[in-house]
Amino acid sequence: MPTIEVDGKTYEVDEEGYLQDWQQWHEGIAEFMAKQDGITLGEEHWEIIRFLRNYFEKYQIAPMIKILTKEVAKSLGKEKGNTKYLYELFPAGPAKQACRYAGLPKPTGCV
Amino acid sequence: MAKTAKPPKPEELSKIDYRPPRTHWMDTPVQFKEGTFCYASRPKYLEEVDFPNAREWSSADEDWKLPDNWKEILLEGIKDRLKKYRSFQLFMDICVRCGACADKCHFFLGSGDPKNMPVLRAELIRSVYRKYFTLGGKLFGKRAGARELTYDVFKEWWYYFFQCTECRRCSVFCPYGIDTAEITMMGRELINLLGCNTDWIMGPVANCYKKGNHLGLEPHTIKMNIEMMCDDIEEITGIRIEPTFNRKGAEILFVTPSGDLFGMPGIYTCMGYLMLFHELGLDYTWSTYASEGGNFGFFTSNEMAKRLYYKIYAEAKRLGVKWILGGECGHMWRLVHQYLDTWHGPADFLEVPKSPITGTVFEHAKSTKMVHVVEFTADLIRHGKLNLDPSRNDHLRVTFHDSCNTSRGMGIFEEPRYIIKHVCNHFYEMPEDTIREKTFCCGSGSGLNAGENMELRMRGGFPRANAVKYVHEKHGVNMLANICAIDRAALTTLMQYWVPQVDVCGVHELVGNALVMKGEKKRTQDLRLEDLPGVEEETEEEGE
Repeated sequence: MPTIEVDGKTYEVDEEGYLQDWQQWHEGIAEFMAKQDGITLGEEHWEIIRFLRNYFEKYQIAPMIKILTKEVAKSLGKEKGNTKYLYELFPAGPAKQACRYAGLPKPTGCV
Repeated sequence: MAKTAKPPKPEELSKIDYRPPRTHWMDTPVQFKEGTFCYASRPKYLEEVDFPNAREWSSADEDWKLPDNWKEILLEGIKDRLKKYRSFQLFMDICVRCGACADKCHFFLGSGDPKNMPVLRAELIRSVYRKYFTLGGKLFGKRAGARELTYDVFKEWWYYFFQCTECRRCSVFCPYGIDTAEITMMGRELINLLGCNTDWIMGPVANCYKKGNHLGLEPHTIKMNIEMMCDDIEEITGIRIEPTFNRKGAEILFVTPSGDLFGMPGIYTCMGYLMLFHELGLDYTWSTYASEGGNFGFFTSNEMAKRLYYKIYAEAKRLGVKWILGGECGHMWRLVHQYLDTWHGPADFLEVPKSPITGTVFEHAKSTKMVHVVEFTADLIRHGKLNLDPSRNDHLRVTFHDSCNTSRGMGIFEEPRYIIKHVCNHFYEMPEDTIREKTFCCGSGSGLNAGENMELRMRGGFPRANAVKYVHEKHGVNMLANICAIDRAALTTLMQYWVPQVDVCGVHELVGNALVMKGEKKRTQDLRLEDLPGVEEETEEEGE
């Protein structure tokens, strides 16, 4: 099982770098993962990551992309509620990259 | 940290080398190539469904942490299955290696790897069968096409049985009717005895067992997602739809793959169902328990598939419905048609499905009591029960991909085409050898639609994509319709790679676009909330 080390503590991740246990997550982990991708997390990133964390706590799954854009539009304004904006923040895709930073597992099945 | 390998560019990938290695296939060891195999299952998923040998392991490692008596387990497993499944014994014995299947497999066509010829893929197990279960093989060994079962042979099974989508195109061309998919299924059952399934298959299996669907959507999530779709439908049509969930006494239970409740473009197909059922005033209910049409258990073992499917009948019984309507799913229909009745049938507590709108009795479903939604909708159109405006799909030039399971597994050829021709004005068929019973697989079925094996998927999907490219260039096709949730997800990725001008949709998305609903406002957007091109112009003209 691959691991990452953040602030002296070791965390298990899967082969693609997703955190194994979403409850172990803290902000330092997101910063560590982003840094590896050469991304510095700004307030705009944190808005999305926090939304994902809250959503996951309620629903036990990452939101479908449509709900993500809709909710972002609702709470952060229409200009941010689209996939283009999300891809600017997370170039490898909001579903994959943003969820990884937020410590959420990847959805599987017919998707 | 390992990152998923990106497949090479299409120009590179399409340079396929069909020259076989110089060495005999038995002397050509298996090489695990990055991008062509999946990650190993996490132990927790195996534990959740009581599968054996749950442990941390990696398919890329040398040591797979097999139990000491792994060989005994496999040989015993073969013996059991030869006894239990006559087809397996028959398929082991009767192949004459004529090679008719060799170039019919999409994975062989896309990779050039001879072990992806169905005949040779089957030979991987057949050779072991000969060695341990036939006199000729025991006496003459390699000269009789027999070989020892070794650790490397097991790895070879694993590698190649997860390079077969169980699509059964090869079986259409076999003069003996050997179903190589069943050999793959036996191979995977054996693999499963040692706890060596993939994460992408075991995750959905465990989710489905625990929560009722592959994605692990919980009841409130399902409800929220469907309500979100209803918000969009209201925006497009001005009509508010209030579907019911887990409602006792409904006439019909509707079951669709959970991909339709979550993934793109599956949710647009789902919006199509919602609109159609609302317009008909259908007395139906969703279930948040029987919330999966698909069955990834089928990609592990017959027993697991059987276990996962019981919930559909259990729920139908609990709710007291009369019959079951199923969504646009692929392998669901292969299972319903070919397995379900043996496992759990006949479902005598239900009634023979009868359309409450047209009165048509679906006689062919009188034992399983399950009808595919395209059968249901085609019947509605045939009886003139729907008010359709196909011009709303005029911006689309559509072709239809026959899903392997609904076509070869069940014979649904006409219904989806009949529907499409009534809801669209521009429909074009792909070449004859690539559709209907000879359809080419999406390359990602049977649980191979993961991310880490993307090169394999793009190779396997190459023949299908090639046929789409042909109709795109010849007729300007820009939409690839289908009736399977894996298709909707997998073909989208495949098209982005090989034919990026072509988008993917379910048939009921097209129905939803064309359906004229009572009291609807003038449509200016399609189900994707994109402006309808024709309507824009009209409005401008009116303004002038």
